[in-house]
Amino acid sequence: MSLPSVPAIETRGLRRVYKTKPKPIVALDGIDLEVAPGEFFGLLGPNGAGKTTLIKILTTLLLPTTGTARVFGFDVARETRQIRRLMNIVAGGEQSGYGLLQVREQLWMFSQFYGLGTREGWQRVDELIEAVGLDEQRNQKVSSLSTGQRQKMNFARGLLNDPWVFFLDEPTLGLDVSAARSVRELVRTWKDALPGRTILLTTHYMAEAEELCERIAIVDHGRILAIGTPDELKHRVQSESIFRLEVDRLERGAGALAGLPGVVSASTATDGTTPAPDGVQTLNLILDNDTALGGVVTALGSMGAQIVALRKSEPSLEDVFVELVGRGFDEDGAGSNGHHEAVAR
Amino acid sequence: MTIFARPRTASPMEAARWSPRRQLATNLRSVFGRAYPRLIGLAREPSWTFFEVLLPFLTTSAFVFVYRALDAPAEYIGFVVLGGAMTAFWINVVWMMGAQLWWEKDAGNLELYFTTPIDLMSVLLGMALGGLVASCLRAGVVLLVGTVVYGVSFGVDQWVLLLAVFVLTLTALYGFGMVLASLFLLWGREAFHLAQLLQEPVYFLSGLNFPVARLGMLGALAISTLPLAVGLDAMRQLAFPGGVATYGTPSPEIEAALLVAMTCFFLLAARFMLRTIERMARHEGRLTTRGD
Repeated sequence: MSLPSVPAIETRGLRRVYKTKPKPIVALDGIDLEVAPGEFFGLLGPNGAGKTTLIKILTTLLLPTTGTARVFGFDVARETRQIRRLMNIVAGGEQSGYGLLQVREQLWMFSQFYGLGTREGWQRVDELIEAVGLDEQRNQKVSSLSTGQRQKMNFARGLLNDPWVFFLDEPTLGLDVSAARSVRELVRTWKDALPGRTILLTTHYMAEAEELCERIAIVDHGRILAIGTPDELKHRVQSESIFRLEVDRLERGAGALAGLPGVVSASTATDGTTPAPDGVQTLNLILDNDTALGGVVTALGSMGAQIVALRKSEPSLEDVFVELVGRGFDEDGAGSNGHHEAVAR
Repeated sequence: MTIFARPRTASPMEAARWSPRRQLATNLRSVFGRAYPRLIGLAREPSWTFFEVLLPFLTTSAFVFVYRALDAPAEYIGFVVLGGAMTAFWINVVWMMGAQLWWEKDAGNLELYFTTPIDLMSVLLGMALGGLVASCLRAGVVLLVGTVVYGVSFGVDQWVLLLAVFVLTLTALYGFGMVLASLFLLWGREAFHLAQLLQEPVYFLSGLNFPVARLGMLGALAISTLPLAVGLDAMRQLAFPGGVATYGTPSPEIEAALLVAMTCFFLLAARFMLRTIERMARHEGRLTTRGD
């Protein structure tokens, strides 16, 4: 299936001002954005950054004050009905529906709003219930679901019309670690199952954005501060690559690697981490870029050394945010996870 | 997870292009979809139904005993039983129609409805249809039990007209409820108080427990504005012909015509108000948002 040539989402000079007292609030301040069909795009920013306002505009719930926004070429201000036929939305903490209905009934009710036939609706509901893992709860009252189960049900609701654009507004908000992981897996499974599915995710969990999104826009105070792949964004604050190596049988120590092409520095780690087994040395390597690693690995092989573990230390997206705005990601630390390490063993 | 991988045939541009017929069919399906929770609620919470029947019946019974104590004409007992039955619809309109959009907003449903490709009128019609059917059961029980227990005898000559007036009363009443729903949404948190405020005056002005003509000018005003007042008056005239209900009020035929006019007016007004609400919601960024 060929992907459409128009952008899935396109905004130009998008601005939204809420007329509040004592002074108006500028929620969006000139957003220019383009999301390609089939892309998993993330909006990352602290609470009040304007993420939800942008989603509300794109889902036709809100009009822009100035500027334009289009979904698959359809204007959010004038072609609302067309957009509503193509998209769906799931928000974190969503409590929609009716508590006295069973899960199956609730989903069927929503299926009717997308024009599914009665039998087709029930069939799709049953398939989605199975797909999201709510088999055991299918005849349970909505009011008796746990928060995680409820969000799975919301996710099934959002997929009833198999949307071309799926808006996820903080979908794991308030979920425990296991439920959040489960929701993320569902999102990714659905996205990967068919090309052309576009997802716009807003989140203030950096690990979530990094794990799921192909490209991310960091937003704050209604503006996009930076946009790119997670790697591109992180490279904004770090031009060099840092690796930690555990090597066995390296007779000359870190000095053996110092002169290799692309190696900025090589040193023995002395930070008091868990003592290595006999003969194993831990080295810190700073390289010009990731590609220099290949030369290091080859050189170690020729020296008869054996790599036990290799970790790459990366700056987090929070570091990027701090670099961009000069303050921490959010006051309550919800998005903070410090540095994380991609482990390759 | 085969459902996730089911291929789609249309491009997004094709998928967004619906024929008028498909749009209409979706709106009709939405009516039944939204009616479903109300209908299933009857079976899901039988205790609610029990109390919703019992409480109006107790009120009806109280008036029956008052009229009996006063040696009022026998048809008054029939008036009260008929009024008691119609009470079920009014309570449903005030609480389950009027305040419903506000509650839907509070639950987050309204926002979702706005994101679906349907006309919000379908949601309101669904709420009305579901509420109407559920209330018919309650009203029917009150009417049946009241008739049997208190020995009411009806003298209906024009069954077709009576049935037509009943249906028109409900369409006008639920049209009124749809207008209320929009108004309540606009007035936000005051909706609950407004519902309470409206309940008793409309009981009184609709003459649920006495012939509305006894209110004189006030009754005439009620008949010209409140669907329940005009509908109940017409039904009483038809159910108890030649009695006190026929004094001083228009004929059932005229009242039926009035109900047709009211139905059209309220449905158009509801549609206009819903569009206004959607426009306001999109401009101001509230109305659909929880907690605002």
